[in-house]
This record gives sequence, C-alpha cells and structure tokens, in this order.
Amino acid sequence: MRVLVFVKHVPDASGERGFTPAGTVDRTLPCRLSELDEHAVEQALRLIEQAGTGEVTIATMGPPAAAETLRKALAMGGHAAVHVCDDRLAGTDALGTSLVLAEVARRVGFDLIVCGMASTDAGMSVVPAMLAERLGVPQLSFAAEVTVDLAGQRVRIRREDGRDTVIAEAGLPAVVSVTDQIGEARYPSFKGIMAARKLPLQTWDLAELGIPVDAVGMVHAAAVVESATPEPPRQPGRVVVDDGTAAATIAEFLRERRLLPSSGRN
Amino acid sequence: MADEILVLVDHTGGQLAPATAELLRVAAGLGTPAAVFLAAGTPPPVEALAALGARRVYAADAPAFAEYLVVPQVAALHSLVQRKQPAAVLVPAYPTGREIAGRLAVRLDSALVTDAVAVERATDGGLVTSQTAFAGSYQLRGRTARGTPVIAVAPHPVVDAPSPPAAGEPVPVEPIELPTEALATAARIVERIEPERSGRPDLQTASAVVTGGRGLGDGERFGLVAELADALGAAVGASRAAVDAGWCDRSLQVGQTGKTVSPQLYLALGISGAIQHRAGMQSSRTIVAINKDPEAPIFSIADLGVVGDLFAIVPELISRIRSAA
Repeated sequence: MRVLVFVKHVPDASGERGFTPAGTVDRTLPCRLSELDEHAVEQALRLIEQAGTGEVTIATMGPPAAAETLRKALAMGGHAAVHVCDDRLAGTDALGTSLVLAEVARRVGFDLIVCGMASTDAGMSVVPAMLAERLGVPQLSFAAEVTVDLAGQRVRIRREDGRDTVIAEAGLPAVVSVTDQIGEARYPSFKGIMAARKLPLQTWDLAELGIPVDAVGMVHAAAVVESATPEPPRQPGRVVVDDGTAAATIAEFLRERRLLPSSGRN
Repeated sequence: MADEILVLVDHTGGQLAPATAELLRVAAGLGTPAAVFLAAGTPPPVEALAALGARRVYAADAPAFAEYLVVPQVAALHSLVQRKQPAAVLVPAYPTGREIAGRLAVRLDSALVTDAVAVERATDGGLVTSQTAFAGSYQLRGRTARGTPVIAVAPHPVVDAPSPPAAGEPVPVEPIELPTEALATAARIVERIEPERSGRPDLQTASAVVTGGRGLGDGERFGLVAELADALGAAVGASRAAVDAGWCDRSLQVGQTGKTVSPQLYLALGISGAIQHRAGMQSSRTIVAINKDPEAPIFSIADLGVVGDLFAIVPELISRIRSAA
C-alpha cells in the first residue's frame, strides 16, 4: 500500500507568531511539523504496520527550512520524502496549494493520502477536500478512526466533525484527513532519527513539477491578505481573592454585563 | 443575477440553525440574499427563510444529501452558481461547510475565505473580508481577487446593518437542477451514530460556555461544570487535561487541538490556561475564571478572576443565578 502524507511546516504555536509586511505568515520564526499533522504521520504508519506491507511518503510545500519537518516525519518512520520548494510559491493561497499538492500526488502515486484535519497556522481545514476535488478521488475527512480493507480496496472512517458522528466509506485511492482523536503520535526514536538521515528526500521546484509560475504565488492568489494587525493584548481585568463573597461578586458581575440567562444574552 | 448572494442554509431536518440567520444578515449587506436549501425529504421552510430576509429560495430535495458526504451539496451549488452567476456564495464555517466551500472554489477557480467575521463589498465588485488569526491575536483584512468568491462565515459575524426586513410579498421558490456525477456518490455514509442528547447548546455556537479543567479533581466532580452550565443555559467544555483524564467526551475539548470558541461569556473552572487552551478561547467577549492558583495564566486574560476554592464558590453561584432568573 502506498500512503502519501502531506504535512506542513508551521510556526510553533507555543512561541511568537506573526505576519510579514506582505501579509503572509512569518516563517522566519521558530517552526515545526504541525502538531495536527503528526497525527496524520502516525495514522499512515499504523496503516502500513497493520497491512504488513507498504511505504509511507511524506511530502510538503514550504521554504528550505521545511526540510526539518520532513526529517522529523521520516524519523517517526516514514520511508521517503518530497519537498516542493520554490521562492515563487510565497503567498500561494489554498487554491494554489491544492494545485501543487495534487501534482505531487500524481507524480508520487498513492493508494491513500493522509492529511491532518487542519494546519495550526492558517487553520482553514480545506486543503484535503480541495486536493480530492482536483484528483477526482473520494474524500473522507475528520476521521477519528481509519481502517483500510486492502483486499476489497476500501477505506472506512469514523468521522467526528464536532457536529455529527458518521461511519463513512469509499473505494481506494482516496484522501482522508484525521483528527487528534486517532491517538498519540509516536516520538522519533534515536534509531529512527539516525536512519532518517539516510532516507531519500527529493526537492522539486515548479519547473520539475511542470507547474507554470503564473498559476501560483501571491500574484495569482484569488484571495489576498492586505493587512495583518496585531490585536492589542487582552487587558487583565479584576482579580479577587475569595473572602467568602466571591459567588456574590461573580453573580453581580454577570448581572452588570447582562450575561445572566434572564438578561437577554444572545 | 449578479446582485444575488447565495446563502447555504444550515439546518437539521428543516430546523434552521442560528448560522442561517447570521449569514442572511451578512448577505443583506452585500446584495440580495437568496437561500439555498438542500435536504433529503424535507420541504424548504420558505416562510421562516423569508422572515430572516431571504428574497428567493433555491431548493433541492434528494436522498443523496443524507447518503453521501459533501460532494452532492457541492454539485448542487456549482450547478446553481453556473446558472445564476451570483456575486458571492456564503456557507457556514462548520467542518462540512468548509469542505463544501473548498471544493466549490476549486470548481469555480474562485477566491476562498474561511472564518470571515465580517464581509463588505469592495468598489471593484470583489469582497473585503475580515478574519482573525493565531487565536484572535491578529486581525486580517483581505480582498477577493478572482471569480465568484466563496466565503465560509464564522459563527457570530459582525454585521453593522440591522436585520433585513422580511419580504413583503411571497418569496419565489425555484428548484435546483441536480447534475449526476460519479464523485458525488464516492464517499458513502454507512451509519449515523446518534449523539447523546445533552439538551445543552452546541459548544461552538453557544453564547455562553462553561469549561472545566484539572482543578475539578475527578470525573464525578466534573459534573459541577454541567450544573453551572445548565443554570446559565450554557454549553459545556473542557481543557485537554480534563479530556485526557477521561472526565468528559473529547468532542468537548476547547483549545488548539480541540474547538475554538468565542462566546459572549466564557467561564473557566479549575483551568490554568496553558497557551494551547487560550488559543481556543481568548477571543471570547467576557472571560471569568475561578482557580485556586493565583499564578494561573488564565488570570492574565480574565475580565474577572477569582482566586479561591471552586467547590465552595460554584454551588453558591448556581443558586444565586437560579434565584436571579
């Protein structure tokens, strides 16, 4: 089974995050393999372990430093990696990203594509669906559980999107996205980290992918961020130490702000 | 009709979700709101949609909407957009809505914006959108540059305009032609698992949320969160620590790897407020926190912080709220 995992190199959410003057996410700040994509790598590895056969290819589109993210995913147990890296991709929107990733998928080949449920930077949760649309294959997203029936060439998920829980299935090849409910992602072992250094990591630019320069990048983006303004940090309010009157204080505060159910909160 | 703004109606079996009214109001500020009602076996609630400002209703009734994931709705909207050439398509930004928006934007090669909190018309006919980024720490302004913009609108969007007046005359209803395509039946729903009905509001759209964390101590005492939530008519949420401890369902997790909420009132019980948790709630309008640790980071963003024993405070707070109601 050929499993292809798309991951994203994102600013570490526990550190400083910001935007460039051009309105793109500042990737010069410390970045890492998106936590939500770790679950996608984990799911892919489990599927080939269960199948007893197969290879996991990790792919990303990102700046040169995104190679670190690929190495980490390889250290977790991936077999090969593809890095789409081209200056002219800066400012590419979700339409352009899905165009590039779809081309990678066609070239690498796959029975199953596994993605995280969202990136932790843009957080749109749209690329897996857009990728499936471009590839003309079924899409099963927000999976809390994934099972593959290789003999029957089918994939089945438990979709938990926060609103509905459904069991859904489709034929292979397909695109799935997984939530953090599929379980903890493994840590790379020392052996894995050493082995990852020797695994193949290909770097492709737009020319190698055969994608015209004017189909991607900020110039061709259909949605453009024109300004990114930091919100003033939230001002701390009042902090009181309970002297036995805290419940009354809170109730009065809620009443003043019309936050009690009887005060027409909406 | 170039002035028409299509709104994908958010409903469960014909019962309109709050997002429908919100999106129709956003649409009224952009052009002529038209509701798109897709259902399996439910007629469109035309009068209710008209009362919310819809000037036209496009409707399709097909079992496929209940039997297959996402693509049947995309196909219906795509067919409608091709026929009507609207100025924009608005969908609610819940997970299925995002996926519909993404696929539709690919088909239309058009701008896609998710989690818009405000939408305005630009002078060039495109749209100007506002979003927040990085858990509410940045405000983004953007513009759509191509095609028929597809906008996934966040819950509780900011709308300056008053509610649109209800239509004075009967609102026309037009059927949507449903194209047949193989992809629409590729991802089949084989079973629906009915959620346990708590009777409480949905976490992500509720106007008030009460959450509990490690400070609750054990699963039994976590019940206090629900008691306070019920007194307030609020949704129940939890920190990752409470979820990992098994005190409540994972679907209730608020934070970076859980849900992002921005209610009018966020009341945190025994939650320290780690950065991952704050990422999911710090854009809440009013934050109240109770924690026994005066150093808890949640106090740095709380409008009212109480250092104290929540087991002493919350039961009294519940009875005060009940007697005020």
